[in-house]
Amino acid sequence: MAEVPSDDLKHTPLYERHVTAGGRIVPFGGYALPVQYPTGIMTEHKWTRDNAGLFDVSHMGPSFLVLNAPTGDAEADHAAISALIEPLICGDILNLKPGQIRYTLLLNDKGGTIDDLMVARTTTPGTLFIVVNAGTKDGDFARIAAAAGDKATLKRADDGALLALQGPEAVNVMAALIPPAADLGFMQFGTFEWNGVPLTISRAGYTGEDGFEILAPAHMSIALWDELLTDPRVKPMGLGARDSLRLEAGLPLYGHDLDETVSPIEADLGFAVSKRRREAADFPGAERILAERDGKLTRKRVGLLVEGAPAREGAEILDASGKTIGTVTSGGFAPSLGKAIALGFVPPELTAIGTKLQVSVRGRAQAAEVVPTPFVPHRYFRKAV
Amino acid sequence: MTTKFTPDHEYIRVEGSTGIVGITPYAQEQLGDIVFVELPAVGKALKKGDEAAVVESVKAASEIYAPVTGTVVEVNSLLTNEPGLVNTDSENAGWMFKIAITDASELDTLLDADGYAELTL
Repeated sequence: MAEVPSDDLKHTPLYERHVTAGGRIVPFGGYALPVQYPTGIMTEHKWTRDNAGLFDVSHMGPSFLVLNAPTGDAEADHAAISALIEPLICGDILNLKPGQIRYTLLLNDKGGTIDDLMVARTTTPGTLFIVVNAGTKDGDFARIAAAAGDKATLKRADDGALLALQGPEAVNVMAALIPPAADLGFMQFGTFEWNGVPLTISRAGYTGEDGFEILAPAHMSIALWDELLTDPRVKPMGLGARDSLRLEAGLPLYGHDLDETVSPIEADLGFAVSKRRREAADFPGAERILAERDGKLTRKRVGLLVEGAPAREGAEILDASGKTIGTVTSGGFAPSLGKAIALGFVPPELTAIGTKLQVSVRGRAQAAEVVPTPFVPHRYFRKAV
Repeated sequence: MTTKFTPDHEYIRVEGSTGIVGITPYAQEQLGDIVFVELPAVGKALKKGDEAAVVESVKAASEIYAPVTGTVVEVNSLLTNEPGLVNTDSENAGWMFKIAITDASELDTLLDADGYAELTL
């Protein structure tokens, strides 16, 4: 029943803190990380929805892509660095303002998803801040470095700590700790000094709640973790709550809801294909993705509300007559709703809200209905740029 | 009244020729918050080691196996609406099913309380 981590797992700078706090350590993306603390996933999940949860996401892949020979002309340098990354992704990086973050997708030539990632424009001309997923980071970094060639250098920043502070109280906690960072709007970031060290702080996250992600140097990360936890509004969260929160928020998880066969349109991430890129049709797999956008697609990701037992990843989705029409890619119990929910792929004609479907759980068909995602409304703090 | 245990963390509390089956406090602790329990049908014949029930936590589904061969005579239908009873009182209110024991000698193959306690040290 218990998962035993193997010895070759990497530790984040906060590993000892997780063990001391009674975290149940499991292997995840090559790292030993807590799946939950003693209070359990349900309590942790609800705490983040009501207060503020602190997550160690140091397994992720933060990095900086830096132009080797910047001219000092901010717009020209940004155009030069954008021209290096844009051929790999479907997002408009060129038109980002300094301090702005964009969610985008790294695509293969067939329009399948190699990873989903955040690309942000820093205030240093010719430098992008890029955060990729843990399980894909080595491949992603190699791919980006190859595209950059001798024009830019990819500097990994995954030797420090990345903390996520999420929940409705996150902004008040931040306002007490680093007041200027509390002025960021959703999908904005900046560098802020704390105890003499620079922290890269983004107003973003993976829970559907308002919150922040904080990149800190390893040597300061324990002090920062401890300091955040002195605030009574903050409790530590494990990977279990991270997964149940993102599932309720309808956010895809790479390797489950997204993989090298899944296109942005199939994944219902059409918003990540920026208008300028769409019009130029200059991204990998553009032909397929634009045809799918015009309606030529065979499957689409939907949200399902499931009656009874949770339908987990791999469960078959059936139509009302019992015919297999798709597969659940993420599924579980939604603590905020008290019900089972799932993400999965079905043919486009069965994606209308309210469509009655079924899921097969241990050989039995259970009722399921197509519902809008997010399952639990997002509560991001948007600010006019 | 005797209670025996399996290495898979089920208990069976023997009352005459019937056994009351559930999971141990250790097991519920390991599973975390239980959100759904699937119980066997009354009348179902089970062989020792057969999958008898399923408990779902937020994170995963886990099978519960029949500790002995027998027939399901009653299930704890309270768990349908209150699966959390398995967390709060696994040994009493959180029992899962009662089984009419076919062969009492199978009980001798199970762990006693001391043997089980050693397993979970």
